Amino acid sequence: MIRLLVLLPLAAAVAAMLLRAPGQRHALLVATAALHAALSVLAFIRPPACAADAWLGLDPAGLLFLGLTSFLFLAVAVYAVHSLRQTRGSQGRQVEVDTGTVFVNAPEAVFIACLLVFLSTMTLVTVSRHLGVLWVAVEATTLATAPLIYFHRQPSSLEATWKYLLVCSVGIALALLGNFLVVIAAAAADGTGGTLLVPELLARSVGLQPAWLKAAFVFLLVGYGTKMGLVPMHTWLPDAHSEAPSPVSALLSGALLNCAFLGIWRAHAICAAAGLAEFSGALLTGFGLLSMGLAAALIVNQSDFKRMLAYSSVEHMGLLAFGTGVGGVAMYGALLHALNHSLVKAALFLVAGNLVALYQTKSIAKVSGVGRLLPVSGALWLAGLMAISGMPPFGTFAGEFTMLRAAFAQGQGGWALAALVALGVAFVGMSRAFLNMVYGDAPAGLAPAREARRAYGPSLMLLALSLALGLWLPNGLHRLLAQASLWAGGGVP
Amino acid sequence: MNAIETLLIALVLTNLVLLGASRLHNAIRIVALQGIGLGVLPILAHHGGMLWAAVLLGAGSALIKGLLFPAMLRRALRETHGHREMEPFIGFNLSLLCGVGALALSFWLGARLPLPWPPVADLLVPAGLFTVWTGLFMIVARRKAITQVLGFIVLENGIFTLGIVLVEAMPLLVELGVLLDIFVAVFVMGIIVFNINREFDHINTDQLAALREDAP
Repeated sequence: MIRLLVLLPLAAAVAAMLLRAPGQRHALLVATAALHAALSVLAFIRPPACAADAWLGLDPAGLLFLGLTSFLFLAVAVYAVHSLRQTRGSQGRQVEVDTGTVFVNAPEAVFIACLLVFLSTMTLVTVSRHLGVLWVAVEATTLATAPLIYFHRQPSSLEATWKYLLVCSVGIALALLGNFLVVIAAAAADGTGGTLLVPELLARSVGLQPAWLKAAFVFLLVGYGTKMGLVPMHTWLPDAHSEAPSPVSALLSGALLNCAFLGIWRAHAICAAAGLAEFSGALLTGFGLLSMGLAAALIVNQSDFKRMLAYSSVEHMGLLAFGTGVGGVAMYGALLHALNHSLVKAALFLVAGNLVALYQTKSIAKVSGVGRLLPVSGALWLAGLMAISGMPPFGTFAGEFTMLRAAFAQGQGGWALAALVALGVAFVGMSRAFLNMVYGDAPAGLAPAREARRAYGPSLMLLALSLALGLWLPNGLHRLLAQASLWAGGGVP
Repeated sequence: MNAIETLLIALVLTNLVLLGASRLHNAIRIVALQGIGLGVLPILAHHGGMLWAAVLLGAGSALIKGLLFPAMLRRALRETHGHREMEPFIGFNLSLLCGVGALALSFWLGARLPLPWPPVADLLVPAGLFTVWTGLFMIVARRKAITQVLGFIVLENGIFTLGIVLVEAMPLLVELGVLLDIFVAVFVMGIIVFNINREFDHINTDQLAALREDAP
């Protein structure tokens, strides 16, 4: 079952390269996404059993992110088919209005195949119980997404792809060193008994050598932190997330950042089991607050709305690191927030795709009157603003509230206040830009367009789900969040 | 001095040559040499257990790093028609000086790290650390995209060397997965270098600066 989850999209990717007709490829993409989602639901209902020493299996956090990834991918697949059909009308040639460069898109078959490989590698990240397999999978996600970011064949995308590939590959290489250090921490004096199997590491946590484990955590945090976009390793993120086509941006921000977070989460769980939660928690809190502060400062004067969303992702990843670092009930809050942030951010990127399609620009200053031209997208854009700012009744509020309240309760009130200030600054910066875009007069020459249901449906569904999670958290989901939090040494509200 | 020590000294020397190399062709040749040498290392270092695993890993690594990568990089270089020099941010003499400093630091660190068990050779940890450092330095201090790819390969070589300490503990399948990832990474990087050249008429990454954050 778990192998099927990984192999199904991989097989579909091969098929996508072989199919001739674009319509068949589109159908294949959506069908694979739907089948994958169905399998994930099945894994929720009856978590598959696995042997104690199996490399692949589902821990609670893995199951949570598997479901999320699968669901997001389904929504994005529907949208991607729509946007691919839209761009084909222009004979493949498009013009970037801001710079005036004419560019073509990469072949559609490659795009769809890479999307499917991307799904497969992300699935592998969520089901890895072996730190080595986890490393291979995370690096593979980088490789599968590089061609996706370079979908629009223009210089700026190329620059973003190069930065992404190099910065992330070097970062991940450091995580490999971290893996080696884990093996040393677990080995006995004669060199035997080293292991990378997470359940075994958790079970033997008392026998791990603390000094080596600390060094390992630092490397794993820097390595996977690069991929997660923690400051100061975040430099590639705003470029890649803004230059990629919008469906890809949605997956990068909504699903891939979580995968990197999952790597750090597992490393933190091992440290916590070995009694080093204070050490790893302090590092996570520090990186988290730094990320939130810098991202908030850069959001305020941002002139490109997709970059603004990307920096908002840096900020929220910082918040997740902060919540995990605080520990206790805040870890439950961090997972809840990861879930809601993904839904909302993916929805926002998909709406941004609608705006780019109409206005042909990513500049905030050149977009106005969205409310008149694209009433549904405009409304979703505002709803997304409220959701990403953590306003009740959206689910983001519940996650942030749980984290910050736990921080206050555990005597980390000062840091919680700092986090609140960063959230406030980002809110002011984003709302100013978003409101200017939605209201005001539409630029001359653009007429109100009929909005296709496929253009706004996926984002509407994602936002509605985050709203629903804010109003009512299903019992099964609460239990899973609680299990995942306890698994990593956290608490339950 | 046994064969492993000789190989490790050769590794250190190739790093120093790389830091001083001014021509791209030479640099590619040296990295290829390094890759082949490192392919022999797991076979020499292995003791007991599965010989065939070590041979498979070593041969695969030598094939990819010694033959495939250089061929790909040479092809990218041929297509780019540009200057065949390194164009460093940090001059070669200063680079070498930094290298010697880093080598001393690596030896100091290597002597201080209390490995729970003795590695196959005393030189292993310092040589590995120095290689990692050389790779990172090449990525930061050289201007061309292609040199950054070389730096990435050298960085990986360093990590590979350090990984020899754990030859028995890392499962073969995972090692092969790592190797495959690196192979695809360099392959994709090669394609991107090729495209950078086509789009910009050069492969200098310091001119890839359109996406930088404006100073407020």
